[in-house]
Amino acid sequence: MRKLLIWLPLILFLAFVGLFASGLFKPDDRVIHSRLVGQPLPAFTLPAAASDRPALASVHMATGKPRLLNIFASWCVPCAAEAPQLMALKEAGVEIDAIAIRDARPDVDGFLQRYGNPYTRIGLDARSAVQMALGSSGVPETFVIDGKGRIAYQHIGDIRADDVSMILDRLKDAQ
Amino acid sequence: MKLILAFLCTLLTVPAFAQTALPPAPWADRQIPDPAQERKAKALMETIRCLTCQSQSIADSGASMAGDMRSQIRERIMAGEQPEAIRSWLIARYGDWVSYEPTAAPILWPLWAAPILLLGLGLLLLRGRIKRRARS
Repeated sequence: MRKLLIWLPLILFLAFVGLFASGLFKPDDRVIHSRLVGQPLPAFTLPAAASDRPALASVHMATGKPRLLNIFASWCVPCAAEAPQLMALKEAGVEIDAIAIRDARPDVDGFLQRYGNPYTRIGLDARSAVQMALGSSGVPETFVIDGKGRIAYQHIGDIRADDVSMILDRLKDAQ
Repeated sequence: MKLILAFLCTLLTVPAFAQTALPPAPWADRQIPDPAQERKAKALMETIRCLTCQSQSIADSGASMAGDMRSQIRERIMAGEQPEAIRSWLIARYGDWVSYEPTAAPILWPLWAAPILLLGLGLLLLRGRIKRRARS
């Protein structure tokens, strides 16, 4: 018993070294996923963010057909990078609504003029309140909303060219 | 002279964390007039993690989103909401991760049990020593 006890500190020490080493070498995942995936979209009403698109409310999202909700901002660089992919999705027949975070109407207008406008409706979330209600932690993010207005999937970060077919599959699954 | 000029130039730079041209949210950096409410809000803000700079609390962070979260917390406290209700609202959206306050979740039971276990171990050692001393 005593002989075993003598080794205990060393064993504990090695266990801690192992724990820290695994923490150091494991690639860390800093992405914060929304816990609302699988749950109904929280109710919200937002004013219009762009001059030529109507305002957005959660009631517009439960239309019986799955659609995308894109969280973007005119000041966000990856949002400009994902614009062609959103356009491709729109051309594939996907309805896309958007929420502009911490933005102003002239800036959103300028952004859409430069990078194209794939959106049906755009709501302005000047104080990130709806972003928080959605459990979204940054821009850009894209939610797949099913026909009943439930959040089916959350895509964090910009949609790359090779994500487009995956997003289309997610939309089909949300049917 | 050059040094003074260089210093003045640093004052002109825009902070790197300014992610938007909008002014900060109304209550992001303004205290609630009622000190008791402000104390409650402050205590909560110090235990809510900033989503942008993930190792700071929203009370310490300069990120725009942290400012919006502070403003929302102050507004909700002013509306009479309890801090723990706001915390659970955030946890329901972002997970336990968003709160620095340890919860009673089963995965944390060893953490809560550790002080008792260590104290028990210490008492056991002490008893052994006292017994040995009494014998000698």
